Amino acid sequence: MTNLEKYKYDVVVIGAGGAGLRAAVEARESGLSVAIICKSLFGKAHTVMAEGGAAASMGNVNSGDNWMVHFRDTMRGGKFLNHYRMAELHAKESPDRIWELEVWGALFDRTKEGKISQRNFGGHEYPRLAHVGDRTGLELIRTMQQRIVALQQQDARDHGNAESHMKVFAELTVTEVIKENGKVAGVYGYWRESGSEVLFEAKSVIIATGGVGKTFKITSNSWEGTGDGHALALKAGANLVDMEFLQFHPTGMVWPPSVRGILVTESVRGEGGILTNNVGERFMFKYIPEVFKNIYADNEAEADRWYLDQDNNRRPPELLPRDEVARAINSEVKAGRGSEHGGVFLDVSKRLSAEVIKKRLPSMWHQFYELAGVDITKEAMEVGPTCHYVMGGVEVEPDTAAAIGVPGLFAAGEVAGGMHGSNRLGGNSLSDLLVFGRRAGMGASEYAKKSGDNPVSDAALKAAAARIEAPFSRTGGENAYSLHAELQEITHNLVGIIRTGSELQEAIEKIAAIRARSANIAVAGDRKFNPGFHLAFDLDNMLLVAESTAKSAILREESRGGHTRDDFPGMNNKWRQVNHISSFDGDKVSVRAQALLPIPKELFDLFDIHELEKYMTPEEITKGGSN
Amino acid sequence: MARKLNLRIWRGDSTNGGLQDVVVEANDGEVVLDVIHRVQATQMGDLAVRWNCKAGKCGSCSMEINGKPRLACMTQVSAYGDDETITVTPLRAFPVIKDLVTDVSFNYRKAMEIPAYSHPENLKPGEARMEQIDVERSQEFRKCIECFLCQDTCHVIRDHEDNKKSFAGPRFFIRIAELDMHPLDTLKNRKKTAQEEHGLGMCNITKCCTEVCPEHIRITDNAIIPMKERVVDEKYDPIRWLGSKIRKREGIV
Repeated sequence: MTNLEKYKYDVVVIGAGGAGLRAAVEARESGLSVAIICKSLFGKAHTVMAEGGAAASMGNVNSGDNWMVHFRDTMRGGKFLNHYRMAELHAKESPDRIWELEVWGALFDRTKEGKISQRNFGGHEYPRLAHVGDRTGLELIRTMQQRIVALQQQDARDHGNAESHMKVFAELTVTEVIKENGKVAGVYGYWRESGSEVLFEAKSVIIATGGVGKTFKITSNSWEGTGDGHALALKAGANLVDMEFLQFHPTGMVWPPSVRGILVTESVRGEGGILTNNVGERFMFKYIPEVFKNIYADNEAEADRWYLDQDNNRRPPELLPRDEVARAINSEVKAGRGSEHGGVFLDVSKRLSAEVIKKRLPSMWHQFYELAGVDITKEAMEVGPTCHYVMGGVEVEPDTAAAIGVPGLFAAGEVAGGMHGSNRLGGNSLSDLLVFGRRAGMGASEYAKKSGDNPVSDAALKAAAARIEAPFSRTGGENAYSLHAELQEITHNLVGIIRTGSELQEAIEKIAAIRARSANIAVAGDRKFNPGFHLAFDLDNMLLVAESTAKSAILREESRGGHTRDDFPGMNNKWRQVNHISSFDGDKVSVRAQALLPIPKELFDLFDIHELEKYMTPEEITKGGSN
Repeated sequence: MARKLNLRIWRGDSTNGGLQDVVVEANDGEVVLDVIHRVQATQMGDLAVRWNCKAGKCGSCSMEINGKPRLACMTQVSAYGDDETITVTPLRAFPVIKDLVTDVSFNYRKAMEIPAYSHPENLKPGEARMEQIDVERSQEFRKCIECFLCQDTCHVIRDHEDNKKSFAGPRFFIRIAELDMHPLDTLKNRKKTAQEEHGLGMCNITKCCTEVCPEHIRITDNAIIPMKERVVDEKYDPIRWLGSKIRKREGIV
């Protein structure tokens, strides 16, 4: 271990997407030293793919908007399974987080008055999404990337070295969060380029690793979405909450095969795109659930009028929350009314001129024209559901983003659970990562400032190093690529958009079998930039995530948000009071039920009692909030 | 419909390497990155390639395909003839790490040298008012996905290693232009430092960068040329310049 590359920082951030970068900025601004670790190059994180916008009730387009309306929409979207405190903080703080980006140089699209423009999106009562065409995520990443450079330039002026207090470690994989004396002591990993190992000693560690999409066959996620942070947290002794809830975005590309799953932004529907089946029927009118009947139009004439007059008409059903639209498309295709390649049609060409489409949806035009040979200003797109987002994640304290059960560990962004309940509204992800990225940065800094040194022991180092070496010491074992493909097949077929108890049981057994075989993975070649070696570690994480998801899903005997049980259709208000908590004992994941915190009276009173009756039991209604 | 594709891949590292031929299946609608992934999964488990989004939005899978700087995820296999061999090589302007992966840290060092955005001191969060038409000029440059294809193709960098020290390259000229045209940025002399410190003057506007930009940013026309013109305007006061010309003419006469 004498040659081991070692660093010491106050705060280590794993992940350089929106949440990780926002956390790093906060920690550095509080005066601490920060390491930012990412698997890809700096600025390539999956946040760049976010298209539609960031939800914040600034009220620039409709002055009726405020945090309370946003809070209500978020809770409705999540079918009231959200952690109320996270939804509250998120709704209250999002506007400040967006305005702050302008101070760092972001250039959002403008209203006529010169304010930040806001667009409509599924589940949001008012136009609420701050955006830059359909590349809002890129704007967020670039703004924070440049903010980090600005802070480094300041360090160069103050300390003579740009990287003296904050450094980006790009293309480095973290394999372990190391604990000593029951508290976080650092992280261990390897450079992807060389395969050589690195130790970071740290007082606090922030996990901001994003999602788990690569566990599934059809996904909008990049190769990085392998649930690393979920698995790192589990192995460090933290809990995951509600891992059964996966969001299948209703509109992914379905053809050609190589782009299957790539996202078609919800803005297409926000800007007036309509969904039709192979007989030309605008089918979404058939799928408006009871709880939403008063806010969604049940006829084409009214839906069309809404685009011109939003105060006197109900919204078109294409803008229902994502889980509803995804299930509707799934049903149409299953009933034989799908398109040639197994999707449905999404058409924006009939409502907007070619010029407006290219201006408002430039990336979409580009994406379809270049990859599918489809000109969306003239013809319809073929779309279908794709695994997009995991609502479940690390169980955290809302105010500090501290992972429950592991002192010194924090989590923010997609990897954290609770904020979105059973289903996330579009636009709430970019705002989530800003709000809770900042809070994680604050929480981790406060913790680091009051913590002393907690050195990493030789025993921990040896164990971490042995794990990295293991796949090279085996010959003729399993191939990581084939095991990954088998796992994706299982999750797609048995833990996908529609689930049943017997299939979930089968999935749990099959995932366990793959996990047993994965202990025998052998890697060809050496350590130098070797994707087969990298995948072996990613696969280990995905297997834990898949196990947690399947085991949570089999317990929840109802259908809610991003969890649909064919054998238990419909929501059950008793299940709304239950969170599923996953933990790991070093061998297997176990899942237990935990009571959801009741909503305090001041938040309870923000809702119409008749709306709450659709989600809560009579006893909860009578009680009227927790205090 | 599947067909057999002849793919020639550069494999090696900073010390040595060469082209290797493989035959791989290619299906309708596939892009070059798909077939590279198939080679990786079935024939060369340790073949190094960068990629992320696979939708032309992150700029990771930059490489040279039949000698042209391109994103592998946005290059259709069908763009090449049925019998044509597709040759994939790493970006030539940057040092090779392994196979198709190069060391692009040059670009991150240059990013560090560009002075950051400077917000007006008295303008509080939420108070900014800007016209759409005014933000659009900078927004064009903020579309940049940092694929660095423009840097790779720019012959000032590509053919002259020595220039790297004093030349920031097209990606960073649009970064400077973006800040220079930002309606609120308060830092003065961005054009002047572009000329004096970042090598704007070395660009002789052959527009190669604009041609390879997958985001179709008009790098030369909208960023480089306007900056060059205004640098000249500021450096030489036009009235005095005209005056000197007229006097000269008088002198000749």
